[in-house]
Amino acid sequence: CRSHDASGTSGKVKTDLKAAIVTDANGVNDRSFNQSAWEGLQSWGKENNLKKGTGYTYFQSNSASDYTTNYNSAEQQGYKLLFGIGFSLQDATSAAAKNNPKSNFVIVDSVIKDQKNVTSATFADNESAYLAGVAAAKATKTNKIGFIGGMQSDVITRFEKGYVAGAKSVKSDIKVDIQYAGSFSDAAKGKTIAAAMYGSGDDVVYQCAGGVGTGVFSEAKALNSSKNEADKVWVIGVDQDQEYLGKYKSKDGKDSNFVLVSTIKEVGTVVKDIADKTKDGKFPGGTIVTYNLKNGGVDLGLDNATSEIKDAVAKAKTDIIDGKITVPSK
Amino acid sequence: MNVVNTLQIIVANMLIYSTPLIFTSIGGVFSERGGIVNVGLEGIMTIGAFSSVVFNLTTAGMFGSMTPWLSILFGALIGALFSSLHAVATVNLRADHIVSGTVLNLMAPALGVFLLQVFYQQGQININEQIGYWNVPLLSNIPVIGKIFFTQTSLPGFLAIVVAILAWYVLFKTRFGLRLRSVGENPQAADTLGINVYAYRWAGVLLSGVLGGVGGAIYAQAISGNFSVSTIAGQGFISLAAMIFGKWNPIGAMLSSLLFGLFTSLAVVGGQIPGIKEIPSSFLQMAPYVFTIIVLALFLGKAIAPKADGVNYIKSK
Repeated sequence: CRSHDASGTSGKVKTDLKAAIVTDANGVNDRSFNQSAWEGLQSWGKENNLKKGTGYTYFQSNSASDYTTNYNSAEQQGYKLLFGIGFSLQDATSAAAKNNPKSNFVIVDSVIKDQKNVTSATFADNESAYLAGVAAAKATKTNKIGFIGGMQSDVITRFEKGYVAGAKSVKSDIKVDIQYAGSFSDAAKGKTIAAAMYGSGDDVVYQCAGGVGTGVFSEAKALNSSKNEADKVWVIGVDQDQEYLGKYKSKDGKDSNFVLVSTIKEVGTVVKDIADKTKDGKFPGGTIVTYNLKNGGVDLGLDNATSEIKDAVAKAKTDIIDGKITVPSK
Repeated sequence: MNVVNTLQIIVANMLIYSTPLIFTSIGGVFSERGGIVNVGLEGIMTIGAFSSVVFNLTTAGMFGSMTPWLSILFGALIGALFSSLHAVATVNLRADHIVSGTVLNLMAPALGVFLLQVFYQQGQININEQIGYWNVPLLSNIPVIGKIFFTQTSLPGFLAIVVAILAWYVLFKTRFGLRLRSVGENPQAADTLGINVYAYRWAGVLLSGVLGGVGGAIYAQAISGNFSVSTIAGQGFISLAAMIFGKWNPIGAMLSSLLFGLFTSLAVVGGQIPGIKEIPSSFLQMAPYVFTIIVLALFLGKAIAPKADGVNYIKSK
């Protein structure tokens, strides 16, 4: 990778690397993965005085059939570092990398093995989910909490195992209800599962299920609006800070929020980090890079946590970073 | 979880899950009884959901807690407008009904997301004012039964049942209904008796637009609380199936929708009950589909479509 100007006076283009992201079908403004990735790339582009459309850009996929097309157009326009955002781009990324051996590819949140021009960026979701489990166990009054997954896969299992381990570390006798919706889009099913969980006494529910999760928020909102603020049930947000979805008015007329904490994946940090490395000629091709609590790739947003919960989470976080706690992932 | 609470959750969620399906499948009944196949229900629901979300966001400051209800009416209006594309194509321009319906399905999500980008610079958007739980006045005080059927339940669900009964009355007991059905069975004969075939077919399609729009809007206002490209993902097709299982009869369509909702709700709540809980979750997830098919095949028998359903009527000059 040739660098025009390593010293980098402001206003001058600092690299001739052209980087782009290819979104999954949720689009670039999904307030989640794609958006975070795009923000990371924009900030990298600005730091290097690049212009959108010539130095960095995004290719939006409206369905799975767009992935390969998007990779091809990115290639034709001279983008040499391409990020596939999300595990649904796995096959398309692998194929594009084989067809374009001189370009570098990154698959975010999945693993592609044995291809020299592909880096796999994965997240230690189990670590942030562990912290969410600690918060849930501290917040529950019924000693019962819930977990709603989308479809069973290694990624979602990581969340589940971390969450359960975190909760059990606080209260060894805590009961964790686990249900999978078998979908990432059926909000009605999410609402039904949440209703069943809250009805059976779970007072904190963690949802890792994409669009199914919107049904969980809608159920918590309906339920909480019919209760006094002191009796509210909680939802734990996923992938991004979802506190904005938790605003409601309780039966006793108080403005409140039912999002306890949110586990956050800093996709933008990852995009920026790998783009920086590639710019310096250190593209970590063929390897799996894990982003965890230690290097800031995952985190917990402490939306409405009490100070007691914050303390417990902070302690667990330090212990994980120091290696005193190893969080299971399978 | 005690038995009464469990039953209450099953019943309430059956209603909530089925409501959009009931409205939309009745919409399908009106269209197809008039002779126009409407596979575009999915697209109509998407537009209904989208327009209701936009209306909700725009007027929430003005109407407060009434907002979601007015949004549903707005969704109905836009649903009707959107379905008129299907009516123009099939009734007036004699296009293939399946092709035209598919166009609605392909167009709606793309149009919705495009307009979201234009209005809000976002690919998905959440609403704040939603339809929550409802306790039926008086009836909720009945011991046990009141608790199971009438507390923490869904007002749109009860409205859907009322609409199904009304729709049955309109279709089978009024002059309009008789004429609409005659147009779907034998348009030539109806035409010779002075019935305006095109007008009745238009009416059928517009009614399906109104009801499909309501179905989609209720999904957004009471269930998902947002609009994104995947808010409506298959509900329109399930409604279409409910219409066929219900033998093109509003009551039948309602019952098949409710049945599907019941089995979905049972499968989910079953995940909390010892004994059922141990069944692998993939079996529980397919249970609603399997049981709905079995029950309907056993008890409903053969479903026969209106005779001229999907056949374009060409009026000779």
